[in-house]
Amino acid sequence: MTDTAPAIELKGISKAFGPVQANKDISIRVMPGTIHGIIGENGAGKSTLMSILYGFYKADAGEIFVAGKKTEIPDSQAAIAAGIGMVFQHFKLVQNFTVLENVILGAEDGRLLRPSLAKARGVLKQLAEEYGLSVDPDAPVETLSVGHQQRVEILKALYRQADILILDEPTGVLTPAEADHLFRILDNLRAEGKTIILITHKLREIMEITDTVSVMRRGQMTATVKTAETDPQQLAELMVGRKVLLQVDKAPAQPGATVLEVENLRHVDADGVERLRGISFDLRAGEILGVAGVAGNGQSELLEVLGGYREATGNVRLNGTPLPLSGPGSDGRARRVAGIGHVPEDRQREGLIMAYTAWENSVFGYHRDPGNQSGALMNNAAIKSEAAGKMERFDVRPPNPNLKAANFSGGNQQKIVLAREIERNPDVLLIGQPTRGVDIGAIEFIHQEIIRLRDAGKAILLVSVELDEIFALSDRIAVMFDGRIMGERDPSQTDQRELGLLMAGVTEDPGENAIAAIDARLEEKENRKQPRHG
Amino acid sequence: MDFATLLQVLDSTVRLATPLLLACLAGLFSERSGVIDIGLEGKMLIAAFFSAAIAALTGSVWMGLGAGIVSSVLLSGLHGLASITFRGNQLISGVALNFLAAGLTVLIAQDWFSQGGRTPSLMGAGRWEAITLPFAETLRAVPVLGPIYYELISGHSILVYVALLCVPATWWVLFRTRFGLRLRAVGEAPEAVDTAGVSVVGLRYAAIVICGLLCGLAGSYLATGLQAGFVKDMTAGRGYIALAALIFAKWRPWYALMACLLFGLLQAVALRYQNIDFGGITIPVQVMDALPYILTVVILAGFVGRAIPPRAGGEPYVKER
Amino acid sequence: MDKMPAWADAVLVPLFSLLLAALLSALVILAIGESPVEAFKLMVDGALMRSSGWGYTLYYATNFIFTGLAVSVAFHAKLFNIGGEGQATVGGLGVALICLYIPWPHWSLALVGAALGAAAFGALWALIPAYLQARRGSHIVITTIMFNFIAAALLNYVLVNLLKPAGQMDPASPVFPAATHLPTFQDMFATEAMPLFRGAPGNVTFFVAIAACLAVWVLIWRTRLGYEIRALGHSESAARYAGISPVKIVVVAMLISGGLAGLMAVNTAMGEAERLVMNATEGAGFIGIAVALMGRNHPIGVFLAAILFGFLYQGGAELALWTNIPRELIVVIQALVILFTGALDNMVRMPLERLFLAFGRKERA
Repeated sequence: MTDTAPAIELKGISKAFGPVQANKDISIRVMPGTIHGIIGENGAGKSTLMSILYGFYKADAGEIFVAGKKTEIPDSQAAIAAGIGMVFQHFKLVQNFTVLENVILGAEDGRLLRPSLAKARGVLKQLAEEYGLSVDPDAPVETLSVGHQQRVEILKALYRQADILILDEPTGVLTPAEADHLFRILDNLRAEGKTIILITHKLREIMEITDTVSVMRRGQMTATVKTAETDPQQLAELMVGRKVLLQVDKAPAQPGATVLEVENLRHVDADGVERLRGISFDLRAGEILGVAGVAGNGQSELLEVLGGYREATGNVRLNGTPLPLSGPGSDGRARRVAGIGHVPEDRQREGLIMAYTAWENSVFGYHRDPGNQSGALMNNAAIKSEAAGKMERFDVRPPNPNLKAANFSGGNQQKIVLAREIERNPDVLLIGQPTRGVDIGAIEFIHQEIIRLRDAGKAILLVSVELDEIFALSDRIAVMFDGRIMGERDPSQTDQRELGLLMAGVTEDPGENAIAAIDARLEEKENRKQPRHG
Repeated sequence: MDFATLLQVLDSTVRLATPLLLACLAGLFSERSGVIDIGLEGKMLIAAFFSAAIAALTGSVWMGLGAGIVSSVLLSGLHGLASITFRGNQLISGVALNFLAAGLTVLIAQDWFSQGGRTPSLMGAGRWEAITLPFAETLRAVPVLGPIYYELISGHSILVYVALLCVPATWWVLFRTRFGLRLRAVGEAPEAVDTAGVSVVGLRYAAIVICGLLCGLAGSYLATGLQAGFVKDMTAGRGYIALAALIFAKWRPWYALMACLLFGLLQAVALRYQNIDFGGITIPVQVMDALPYILTVVILAGFVGRAIPPRAGGEPYVKER
Repeated sequence: MDKMPAWADAVLVPLFSLLLAALLSALVILAIGESPVEAFKLMVDGALMRSSGWGYTLYYATNFIFTGLAVSVAFHAKLFNIGGEGQATVGGLGVALICLYIPWPHWSLALVGAALGAAAFGALWALIPAYLQARRGSHIVITTIMFNFIAAALLNYVLVNLLKPAGQMDPASPVFPAATHLPTFQDMFATEAMPLFRGAPGNVTFFVAIAACLAVWVLIWRTRLGYEIRALGHSESAARYAGISPVKIVVVAMLISGGLAGLMAVNTAMGEAERLVMNATEGAGFIGIAVALMGRNHPIGVFLAAILFGFLYQGGAELALWTNIPRELIVVIQALVILFTGALDNMVRMPLERLFLAFGRKERA
């Protein structure tokens, strides 16, 4: 053991929400001036643990020591006072405030704003130079890119003189280049003696930047190891408790006739930003086209336009018949009738009515189909018995059609959606983020179902932000950046680096100058969005 | 319309706009903090009753004002309890409090005064007196500007001037002080305020107390300034018009002044021209009665589509899991 | 997840809210120097112990069933329709026009005609706020409030300038033709030997209200439209995903809601006054909010809550007659019920949940 006290130490932390034990007897020690990773699957209890550390929840049991001193953290105020800063996964910024206003909020000097703003302006300038954290102090936050908004969050913590910085899934919304930049900043911070806790579910990041790493599984801390003494395979095993199959078994695709033709698809959202800027591709029967990209580059809009959720311009033909893209006949119901199934990215906000029972959800979107009617009324009895059958075939647990959707786990909710969309035998299936927030057992099942559907000769459009998933499932990979398809690749002929560049909008390999090229493209993208805020 | 009539109509506009303005600013504080308040009507009503009742009992309009403010702040506190502490539905709470005020005022009025739900008419020190501004009499003879100063600007009760001063004061508090920054933030992104270590609940209650206070002023002016005593349901929808003015004003103080003056003008015209023919065409009194509401709907339909309310409005704050 | 069984949430929460409201009202009665026990006895005597009392209670309940259902249907689509008052007012206009200007051969036909007219006029009055909400995003709570005021002015104008017979002082329509007289409970059930429901305004419309309860139940839980209305109410984004048009559902749900509110006028104008008068709604549109909240937006709950409020209304009238307690006491009770069931429901629910949690643990142990 070293002489210095740990920057932060947790002893025996436990926390339950009702019957759910989110954290169970967790202890960790993080030494000052190091980066400590906490890795685990979604729902393993990482965020709960950090929320306890930041005073959002009160632990049922356990103690917290900051710099060797036992510290009570009943609220965020106490956490800030103890020198703890937090960068949440979903930023806690006031969108229509300027950067400066966001930074001083809650840390003002005195009752009047003017002196506080002046002081913060000076401090920000200094921090920018010290850590490479430059951002325009007078820009309204809503005009900033995601990466810059994240910098504002870090600046907020540093302005409050945080010595311990917690980052919760910081790279989920960043391009690989932005993530690199973030890691350089974290490196600088470590060099200056700050302590950093990095929460993530990405093994690569842990290996790249951390000094030590703790693994969480189902609310428990399964191990803490030195990063240099471990490898990704071991960490993955610790995370899920068994050997992980990163590879999906599948035969080579046998594509048939072209089913879906998309030509020059354009979509402008409610804020007037053009989200799709001329998308064209063909999709054939019996193949999976994977769409890769950093979240927010138009993939969601692409799925939603094809699924009838949003209106667009351009040409889309299904089995040679043009589909209306706006006005009557362009809604989700019309698409389903035409033969397009849609597993949406966000099952809780779109795919399911959480307050509806499983059987009610089992016809959601198909509730006007003649088969579900009995005269003027819905044939609830038939729907219910059919739902029970589907739930059994898709191994939904518990297999009780009378239970509300909200009472199923994420994986089982996803199976309810998949069962509904697959069992209708669509010609085309749109799938967004099929395994987001889904436990590992269900992931394998869902992947197998998708392959099975492909082998049954269906055309599948898959959108996922998980590159591993795209690689594992796709027969072709299209990469989207800023509302366009930057290129299409054969998964066996490409690698993560090439796709990473495409995801940042760089089509030609710039070799040494990769970072500069990427920055240029990102700036272009942001500039395009700004004018509307005037 | 001659100059003297115009001045009278404008003078009456200022009087009628005053309770609207106070209530509108009250709503502004509440809604900027993320608490929607359709209970402005009820708060004004209960304040109107208690200020008139206490003024009648004590003979002091100031005592009445105090009682009005206390009652209005208490009702506000109840709204806070429902919508902040217990995270209930803010709209329903507002509706309930409007009924509570409507019922309680008559119930208590009947118990105290037995005059069919009204207070005795107020006289002398029980009402707000008009304040004559310096040199009003002397300058009265000056053409055009003299009468404007005498009729329109001078000669209102103190609450009118207070209401007008509340506009720059609100602007200053909102945009130049720490409290204002936090208040605006909590109505936009309470999670940002919470993680910054500032109490969301505390800020919202502060906003709600200010809201109650301003509604108290509005009610007091209504019963002891504009009129001489309380009658059943005397707010007559003013709380709702103030709410409409707030939306019209896009939750900004100076715009709120404009909106309230406009609605005040409408009421003043309606009062004056009830039964007057315009060049042979009779405008029915009912059209004048309905005009503020019709206009509000037109405004809501036309402009408000783009007025962006505080983002967190109406949503109780629950920490994210 | 099993904090509290669903039945407890549906039954105990409104019940405790009601008890709280009753307790506070008792305190109010005490404060104005009357005895709550005596007051309650008077109310029960006046509203429930005689058949004519029931005749009044059910008459009021009929109004509240319609307005309660109106609020409920809108609530299912997550719309807060405060405009029941205005919609019922305009519905009354529909009833009056149809009763006055169509020569009906028999009351049963007149009832059908008047009901259609009332529903159509009420629906029409809900249409503009609905459209503005759906298309322009104008907050329906504000617009329906404004439409209540506009409806009052409109009715005032029509009664005074168009419908009022020459020489009549009060602003009211002429008396409806005799053929449109609806059978009262007295007409239906009283015999020489048993003079039931004497003089009470309760009438055949009560059975129309019961039919409306049934119809709403079928609509909400058995039809595609109901499925879509509830879906939209739970999640607009999910509704759009499923191809359900929010604009269409908002408009349709509000039309149904307005129609139901309008139907109330059949009871007041045709069943009771037999002419159209000013302010015939007497705040029933607002009581619908309390009834819907207490009845948990379920027709059975709405029916029971409406009977309860009918009792309060009739009992309150008796109180005002015999004591120094004005009718506004009912407004206070109504306010408290809305507050406890609609806004402070968590205050009632949280302790109950804790209780169930504690009991649940004990059983497991």
